[in-house]
Amino acid sequence: MKRRVIDGLLSACAALSLWQIVVWLTGVPSFILPGPVGVLRSLIDNHALIAENAGTTIVEVLLGLVLGAAIGGATALHLMISPMARRLLLPLMVFSQAIPIFALAPILTLWLGYGMISKIAVTVLMIFFPVVSTFYDGLRRTDPGLLDLARTMGATPMSTLLRLRLPAALPAFGSGLRLAAVYAPIGAVIGEWVGASKGLGYLMLLANGRGKVDLMFAALFVLAAFTVLLHASTSMAARRMASWAKETDGSGI
Amino acid sequence: MREAPPGLQLRGDFHHAGQPLFRDISLGIEAGKWTCLVGPSGVGKSTLLRLIADLDTGGEFSGTVTAGDERPVVPRVAYMAQTDLLAPWLDVYENVVLGVRLRGEAPDRTRAERLIARVGLEPHRHKRPASLSGGMRQRAALARMLMEDRPVALLDEPFAALDARTRSEMQELAHETLRGRTVVLVTHDPAEAVRLADHIIIVSAAGLSRYEGLAGDAIRAAEATETLAMQSGLLRILRELPQ
Repeated sequence: MKRRVIDGLLSACAALSLWQIVVWLTGVPSFILPGPVGVLRSLIDNHALIAENAGTTIVEVLLGLVLGAAIGGATALHLMISPMARRLLLPLMVFSQAIPIFALAPILTLWLGYGMISKIAVTVLMIFFPVVSTFYDGLRRTDPGLLDLARTMGATPMSTLLRLRLPAALPAFGSGLRLAAVYAPIGAVIGEWVGASKGLGYLMLLANGRGKVDLMFAALFVLAAFTVLLHASTSMAARRMASWAKETDGSGI
Repeated sequence: MREAPPGLQLRGDFHHAGQPLFRDISLGIEAGKWTCLVGPSGVGKSTLLRLIADLDTGGEFSGTVTAGDERPVVPRVAYMAQTDLLAPWLDVYENVVLGVRLRGEAPDRTRAERLIARVGLEPHRHKRPASLSGGMRQRAALARMLMEDRPVALLDEPFAALDARTRSEMQELAHETLRGRTVVLVTHDPAEAVRLADHIIIVSAAGLSRYEGLAGDAIRAAEATETLAMQSGLLRILRELPQ
C-alpha cells in the first residue's frame, strides 16, 4: 500500500517535470499551455470557486455510481432469472451501448432539465453496461461442481442464485464497479458540458471560453484527482466485499 | 439416519457424442454396503455415479435408475467429489449447513457442531477453506455430507488428491461415519478399493464385471498380507483389460 503511494507520487513528479520542460523548451504562451506552477497558482487563487463546482460534480458522480451499480446489479440478477429478459434485454443493451453518450446527453438534458438529475442520468447510462456485463458474466461462471452439489441437496433455483451464484460473482461485480468508478466522472462531465450552471465540466467550459486555460487545467486536475481517489476507494470496497477471492499479480510468471 | 438404505439398480444405454459408452448395462448396488467402481480413466465410472444422482453427463442416457424399495432415488443421495466443492466465501460451519440453507430451512446447530467435531475440525470451524489443508477440506466436505443425512452416499474419487497418510485416515473416517448407508465409491486406486469395498465392480470398455477376490470384512488393514494379495489380484485384472 505504502509502496503504491510512493510509486504514484514518483510518476506524478516525473509527469510534472516533463510538462514543465515542454513549456520551457517550446516557449508556448501561457494562454495556450500554462506550466504546472501557473496551474497551481490558479488552483490556489480560485479554490473557493473550484471547490463549489467540484462539490456539485462529486455529488452527481457518487449518486450516479450508487444508482448505476444498484440498477446494473438488479438487471444482471433479472437476466439470470428470466429467459424472456435475456432474449429481449441483452440485444437492446448492446445496441444502447453503441449509441455515443454524447449524442444522448442533449436529449436527456431536454427531458430532465439543467439540474443535477440529467447529469446523474448520463452517469448511470455510462456505467450501466460495464456493471451489468461483468456481473452477469460472473453470475454465469459459478463452479459447475458447486451447482451439481446444490442440485443433489435439493436447492431451489432462487436459493442457488442468491446463496451460490451471487456470492461467487462478487469478485466480477467488484471489477465492474472499479470500471464504473473511472467512467462515472466522465459521464457527469459530459452531462455538464451539454448544459449546466454548476460543476467542474461547466467550469472547464467557461474557463476555456474566457481564455483562462490555467483555471481549466486546475479544474481538470481536481477532477482527475477525485477520479483516482474514487477508483482507489472503490477498489478497496470491492476487495473487502470479496475478501475470500485471492488476487495474484503477474510477478510469478 | 431415519430410514433403511436402499439398494440401487441402473439399467440402460448411454451415448456420448453419438458414440455408445455403455450398451445394455446393468449395475446393481447392494443396500447398506460399500460398492467400489474401479477401472481405467475415461471408461465412464464417474458418469455412472452422475447418472444415479441425475446430474448432467453431457450425453444421452436411455434407461432407468431405480431403488430396491421403488421410491425415488435422487432425493436420497448425497454427493462428494475429488475437489471438496466448499464455497470459498463460507467458513467450515456455514459450508456444513449449506444444504439446509439452500433448502431454506433452519440448521440444527448442535448437530452441525457435533458433526464438525466428529471429523476433527472443531478448532477450525470458523476458518474459510483457503486456510485449511487439503485433508481438512475433505473432512469438512464429509461433515457436510453427513449433515445431509442421506441414505445413499456417492463418492467420486474423494481421496485421490490427498497424501498417503491423510488418505488412509480419511478412508477410515469415511468408513466409520458412513456405516449403514449405501455407498458407491468411484476410485482408480486398487488399494483403496480392496480396503473399503464390500463389492468391487470393474468398469471397462468391455462392460461391467465383478471382482471375486474379496474376502473378509471392510475396512481391511492396509498392510495385511491378505489385503495386499487382493490388491495385486485386482491390479492384475485391471492390467489385462482391453485398451
